[in-house]
Amino acid sequence: MTPPRSGPRPSTPKIASVAIGALALALWPLVTGSFGVDLVTKTMIYAIVALSLELLVGATGLVCFGQAAFFGLAAYAAVRLSPEGAAASLLWLLPVAMGVGAGYALFMGALSLRTKGVYFIMVTLAFAQMAYYVVHDTPLGGGTDGIYLYVKPVVAIGSMLLLDLDKPLPLYYLVLGCLGATFIFLALLLRSRFGRALAGIHVNEQRMRATGFSTYPYKLAAFTISGAIAGLGGVLFAVKDGFVNPELLSWHFSGAVLIMIILGGLGHLRGAVIGAFAFALLQELFKSEAIFGAFAKHWLLGLGMAIIASVALLPRGLIGIGELLTHRLRRTPRVPV
Amino acid sequence: MDLATFLVQCLNSLQYGLLLFLVASGLTLIFGIMGVINLAHGSFYMIGAYMAYALAPVVNATLGGGFFTTLLVGLVLAIALGYLLEWAFFSFLYEREHLQQVLMTYGLILVFEELRSLVVGDDVHGVSPPDWLAGSIPLGDLMTYPVYRLFISAVCLALAAAMWYVLGRTRLGMTIRAGATNREMVQSLGIDIKFLYRVVFAAGVAIAVLAGMVAAPVSSVYPGMGNQVLIICFVVVVIGGIGSIRGALLAALLIGVVDTFGKVVFPQAAGVLVYVLMALILLWKPDGLFKVGS
Repeated sequence: MTPPRSGPRPSTPKIASVAIGALALALWPLVTGSFGVDLVTKTMIYAIVALSLELLVGATGLVCFGQAAFFGLAAYAAVRLSPEGAAASLLWLLPVAMGVGAGYALFMGALSLRTKGVYFIMVTLAFAQMAYYVVHDTPLGGGTDGIYLYVKPVVAIGSMLLLDLDKPLPLYYLVLGCLGATFIFLALLLRSRFGRALAGIHVNEQRMRATGFSTYPYKLAAFTISGAIAGLGGVLFAVKDGFVNPELLSWHFSGAVLIMIILGGLGHLRGAVIGAFAFALLQELFKSEAIFGAFAKHWLLGLGMAIIASVALLPRGLIGIGELLTHRLRRTPRVPV
Repeated sequence: MDLATFLVQCLNSLQYGLLLFLVASGLTLIFGIMGVINLAHGSFYMIGAYMAYALAPVVNATLGGGFFTTLLVGLVLAIALGYLLEWAFFSFLYEREHLQQVLMTYGLILVFEELRSLVVGDDVHGVSPPDWLAGSIPLGDLMTYPVYRLFISAVCLALAAAMWYVLGRTRLGMTIRAGATNREMVQSLGIDIKFLYRVVFAAGVAIAVLAGMVAAPVSSVYPGMGNQVLIICFVVVVIGGIGSIRGALLAALLIGVVDTFGKVVFPQAAGVLVYVLMALILLWKPDGLFKVGS
């Protein structure tokens, strides 16, 4: 039996919610200052990385604990490949650096897909840690201090400058564009025959194999695509901060991205984006001295308790709130988790 | 490397490996028997180390005992903490997906770290071993080896033996192993599985806390020490095979040797060696060295 050629069309409320979110992000710089623009730029980069992980965890059921490696290696590649003292063109830098992320993902996936479950989580962690130590301990990576990107790349055709990424606003809209493109690309990918095959692998890999699918190439392809998208996030991060250090590749970042997508709700692309924003906003909320005063120093306590509460109250993640509320209002029984 | 250095490094790797085993055994026990991925396990180790630092003056002032009284008080507190945590946070996680457990226990890590920061602050502390264990044994002409490190190894070995005996040779151990295989079946035979899980969890927490308390004099006490030990313990658990105490012991000793000798022989690549080892072992045996159950 072959899976349907494409998945169901997205419902109108789904499209509407995405469109409203995109519009709000596009208008955000009009109502906020430089702090708000910077914060949302960073959050949107996290959302791109969260989307890349959602392709593996939510769509395919592969829990990867090494996303920081693709992110960080691409960021390092972007800095290393930029000529010193002159601006590189993002038009070639971006694909090349994304290729570095995809290449490492291909290598990591080819080997680690032999294992399953928690073993798979740990093997991906091991490969990510290897990349971390290579960057941390060899001259290639510049050690603990990291490397600066002195001249930021430009988007230019010939001598015509299209986007000057040294300014916050062009960078903001570039990142927003990349987030939108990633979202649409993944939405189409998951509706395609390839995406339906991934969904089948998620539900029952044994049965997919029995129906004649060689599942390994599908999983490896998903892994490589995910590495490329995480690499996109890495390049944007390097351009935004103008600085890379080994902490970009640390397992703490892989863990944080995983937390974002679980918090948002697995199995939905919107969940990944919502999770990234919720994580960033909760951080800012609990760090706020205006609300918590001297206690803001211990903001991690608030974040931790919010996360625990979300597990206790929202078993389907933040995206399940709507469903939870409609069931409560209509007094219909809840679907068991 | 001369013979004396080699011998000292052997003892060091044995002590490090055994300590890792102690922390990892609780992790593999909780994972193998209850099916819960507990990221907060490293925090229990951290709590233990801070207990060794903060409890000692209090215990000395009130009970007047020395090192062992502090250990005992710490253990009692740890068992109470484990029992309470299982009741409040973990008991409703069994039915949930693994990733929900990851999220919840990640939240617990943050809470424990910040509570630690609120209660005892963010400074690095040293803890001195008790006087009668503070000496050193001469090895060859130039080298000496601290007695306290030998003491750590002895404690770990004793606990490993106790765990093997309880799980493998007693009725309690038998019901625990049966509960790991089939929860419903054990319950229908009239055994209070909820209570059993609570006991296992409390024991796992107590072992990690004990490891932290015993390790405090050699590793010193610092913020973030729990996270550092957590990842390496997961490495131990998966190399050994999830749920296997025997596997965890072997894997911990292996990692102790690789890490300790790696730091001496290839100092540039010391950090990565453990992960290379794990990747190689899992590519060779995708279910760890000692696979448990089906």
